[in-house]
Amino acid sequence: MAILCDKNTKLIIQGMGRMGTFHAGLSREYGTQVVGGVHPGKGGSEIDGIPIFNTVAEAVAATGANASVIFVPPPGAADAILEAAENELDLTVCITEGIPVLDMARAKAALHGSRTRLLGPNCPGVVTPGQCRIGIMPAQITKPGPVGVVSRSGTLTYEAVDQLSRLGIGQSSCVGIGGDPVIGTTFIDALALFQADPETKAVVMIGEIGGSAEEEAAEFVKSNMDKPVAAFIAGQNAPPGKRMGHAGAIIAGGKGKASDKIAALEANGVLVSPSPAEIGETLAKAAPGLES
Amino acid sequence: MNVHEYQAKALFREFGVAVPDGELATTPEEAERAAKSLGTPIVVVKAQVHAGGRGKGGGVKLAKSATEAKTAASEILGMTLHTPQTPPEGKLVRKVYVEAGSNIEKEYYLAVLFDRAAEKFALVASTEGGMEIEVVAEATPDKILTTLIEPNVGLRDYQIRDLGFRLGLDPDQVKKFVPFVRGLFNLYLDKDCSQVEINPLVLTAEGDLYALDGKLNFDDNALYRHPEIAALRDPDEEDERERAANEIDLAYVGLDGSIGCMVNGAGLAMATLDMIHYCGGTPANFLDAGGGADKEKVKQAFKLILTDDNVKAILVNIFGGIVRCDLIAEGVVAAAADLGVGVPLVVRLQGTMATEGRAILAQSDLNITPAETLKEAGELVVAAVKGAA
Repeated sequence: MAILCDKNTKLIIQGMGRMGTFHAGLSREYGTQVVGGVHPGKGGSEIDGIPIFNTVAEAVAATGANASVIFVPPPGAADAILEAAENELDLTVCITEGIPVLDMARAKAALHGSRTRLLGPNCPGVVTPGQCRIGIMPAQITKPGPVGVVSRSGTLTYEAVDQLSRLGIGQSSCVGIGGDPVIGTTFIDALALFQADPETKAVVMIGEIGGSAEEEAAEFVKSNMDKPVAAFIAGQNAPPGKRMGHAGAIIAGGKGKASDKIAALEANGVLVSPSPAEIGETLAKAAPGLES
Repeated sequence: MNVHEYQAKALFREFGVAVPDGELATTPEEAERAAKSLGTPIVVVKAQVHAGGRGKGGGVKLAKSATEAKTAASEILGMTLHTPQTPPEGKLVRKVYVEAGSNIEKEYYLAVLFDRAAEKFALVASTEGGMEIEVVAEATPDKILTTLIEPNVGLRDYQIRDLGFRLGLDPDQVKKFVPFVRGLFNLYLDKDCSQVEINPLVLTAEGDLYALDGKLNFDDNALYRHPEIAALRDPDEEDERERAANEIDLAYVGLDGSIGCMVNGAGLAMATLDMIHYCGGTPANFLDAGGGADKEKVKQAFKLILTDDNVKAILVNIFGGIVRCDLIAEGVVAAAADLGVGVPLVVRLQGTMATEGRAILAQSDLNITPAETLKEAGELVVAAVKGAA
């Protein structure tokens, strides 16, 4: 068990450009079932042995795919999400960074009631160690085990996973939810999935400045979870009013500060790491005995 | 991206949002001519800089004649304006906007923005116009009125009427309020704004509604489809290093500390600033070299960091996912050699090809301190700054 993807996941790549092709190859090497690619106009061809289709509908009909990963450039990315949803995939993971907020607001609203779960956009994807890699994460640093990892950031996820693996603590699934203001799967969604997953015994949650998703997640942990949660919030020293790399990482009108998020998490029983170097140790403190 | 008030008001006019007549001036003589052609008993001369609170800093002056407008403009043009929203060194005023005075009966606040928690567009309004809205929200949250708008349904007229009546407008005023708000919302959508703010929105003694001030922010991710908006960018208003970084596709934010940072990924870059603070140091900048960082990017990033004289040491923190640490190491060695980095350099490479990367650093004859973990990197670079001081 794990969340979002496992060895049975059949993945198609939407957007077989340079990035899409490169990461399709890495995912396949990792053991992921990469069953096809979608690139309008190139249907019927093959790229690196992966059959290419013109539409998601054709790809699903031919391969039985149930998940997709999107590498389509920003102007067409929201379209790609809607195409995945219309074809009722279980999961679509959008890696694309730079989608206009307006496009995502409309796409997210259109996904209400859809059976397709969206992860991202502007996210590194998901890895279920030893089983499946969707997206761009360096899967070699992960290790199978009992800790769920969920994060708004890419490289900081790697940092946390690396700290856990070095302490001998493995991961059930590592999930990057993305750094944009509008994202599909939220902290709460991911925490609910980890809570329901019998193999996950504890969760590491990595937030950052901007918005109020961490505060909402803190409430959720208190009222809906019995598994220990450790956290880190990046941007404790970020100046207000400045966008810190991610489109969503901005303290605006006094809202979205790291200190408020940390206070909300601590008030709801989440152990917060004092520095980014102690994320692994903080999890070990919150949930002792998970080393293997 | 931000624009000036005069640019925002030109867009307001285009979308049918009523604004007082006004003209831009870059010299006192132009201001005098503008006041004459406006022909109103009172004109307002307003400094055009990207910062709020201009009135408090002396950047807004009333004039009762064209001669007075000329004098006011000569005082404002060339001044360094300090407001709560300007950087510590203030902002040089290069342009003024000369605007017809209004016979103000009442002031309101009105904004269109995206509500992240609700994932809907929102109209935000208040009867407490002319004040800082954050202060109003803090002191009297019941005076902030919000109307949420479904992204795939759009703003309905009943919602505008409802908001107008809640603001206490009378039926005649509500009739004027509907097209006013409709125009503002159309502007927000058509131009991919991230926020449209009018503070104050005024009701005049004659019963008309005007946007007396206008602030527009645009979604940077959508500028590709609005070249006419991108063309409004005023390089004079941007931090020089942030602008240079923008041009080479690096995310950079200048800070006032002494440790230059180069990191891949926004989250790790923010965490690196936190680590430096935690170890007792102060970062000079946030810099996310991005997922596609290569040798050339590294060199450009170094160049940028070294233009800041406050930098007493540099920390390179790379966690290679897609990025290969051996390529980063080559970039660091090449940049350090070419640019003659004269400050201590701490480099932490982790992830993809990290062993190879560290070997490249070790083989170079440059004075590079390698670090294994994030903690070690933070401690070493802070120690280097303290040693240098």
